[in-house]
Amino acid sequence: MCLGIPGEVIEFLPDQPDLARVNVSGVRRVINIGLLSDDPPKPGEWVLIHVGFALSKIDEDEAAAALEFLEGIGQAYEEELRALQESMIE
Amino acid sequence: MRFVDEFRDADKAHALAARIADLCEPGRQYKLMEVCGGHTHTIYKHGLEDYLPEQITLVHGPGCPVCVIPMGRVDDAMALAAEPDVIMTSFGDMMRVPGSNGSFFDAKARGTDIRMVYSPLDSLKIARQNPDKRVVFMAIGFETTAPSTAMTVLRAANEGLKNFSIFCNHVTIVPAIKAILDSPDLRLDGFLGPGHVSTVIGCRPYEFIARDYGKPVVVAGFEPLDILQSIYMLMLQLANGQSTVENQYSRVVPWHGNVVALRAIGQTMELRPYFEWRGLGFISHSALKVREQYASFDAELLFSVPGVRVADPKACQCGEVLKGVLKPWECKVFGTACTPETPIGTCMVSPEGACAAYYNYGRLTRQRVKEATRS
Repeated sequence: MCLGIPGEVIEFLPDQPDLARVNVSGVRRVINIGLLSDDPPKPGEWVLIHVGFALSKIDEDEAAAALEFLEGIGQAYEEELRALQESMIE
Repeated sequence: MRFVDEFRDADKAHALAARIADLCEPGRQYKLMEVCGGHTHTIYKHGLEDYLPEQITLVHGPGCPVCVIPMGRVDDAMALAAEPDVIMTSFGDMMRVPGSNGSFFDAKARGTDIRMVYSPLDSLKIARQNPDKRVVFMAIGFETTAPSTAMTVLRAANEGLKNFSIFCNHVTIVPAIKAILDSPDLRLDGFLGPGHVSTVIGCRPYEFIARDYGKPVVVAGFEPLDILQSIYMLMLQLANGQSTVENQYSRVVPWHGNVVALRAIGQTMELRPYFEWRGLGFISHSALKVREQYASFDAELLFSVPGVRVADPKACQCGEVLKGVLKPWECKVFGTACTPETPIGTCMVSPEGACAAYYNYGRLTRQRVKEATRS
């Protein structure tokens, strides 16, 4: 829950502009980007995702570092990732 | 992976450690608190305490939202979940937190409909799919998760959803820090400010710590070198007799936070007069409840909540650990009766809890070795 997971924005959902499809560790998921409405991310940009919402934009290097940190955490990250994979918010 | 290596480079860590050691005044002891559980995790995992001079002690703070939920609120949630036609939804982290009658997992095994979700938005979907049920989302967390709950309530209101509500247990970090500053048990010299919470609230809410209490604050990232760099920045301020708020994690944390997120919280939630924190007791204006305007989404108004205060188990010393008065291993039940598999206290539940982090990486710090050889 506290873990910020980096994801790369792929595209926005045409009928729901506050939702975007992102790539998280090779898995495509839909997340909410409404909290970044002041400065929305573009496809190809990276965001830090908390419980299904993008909370901040990050650069690619930061995303790589965050991912390494998460992979180092092990089980908790795997559980979080599994939960994210099962998450169906759209 | 250039960046990662850059943030893990052992030579750089040793160089920073040497600069930190140079800043120590002879004979002075320094106590620095890392507020966030994510930092605690990095510190134990990489054995950062071993890099620091003996004069510096890192004290682990209350920044793990699962760890500070009092038993009474877990019991309240279970009472809500047991109401007719209720589906309770919860983050996975919350599922193993013990109440006085077991955890959510235990209740689920007894037949209560409690479902694990990744996002509060998943709860909305469950509500849409089950119009004859009442879905209650167990909302927990600091300002990192509160905006998500707020956005979900706004969305539910927009959709006119009638069978969705939240049991709001969101807490705010600043009053907890203030409670620790006011506590006579502990004298701290400075703070490593939380990384993700600050993404939302920014750095300005910490200014009172520097201004009114004269303690430096450095908002820190989660890489080992981030933390060492932040400790260096704190020590530099202390050496120069300064106390200001600095942002070491500016590559993620904007100084003013996330305005959209703050607005969403402010629109849907307001401060409670007081709220109980596990181990820290009642803290004024330290938690959020649903605003009256959104009362139809407030489970505390829709259902009768027992609201009974339950004392923590006697053996458990989470309170002292959360305040940083005790190190995890100094708790009487640490690693014996209380383990991540069968936690008694909340600090052992979450991987970011100080006890679980310590248990999982099993580090014998210098201090421990010294204590062991002395006895």
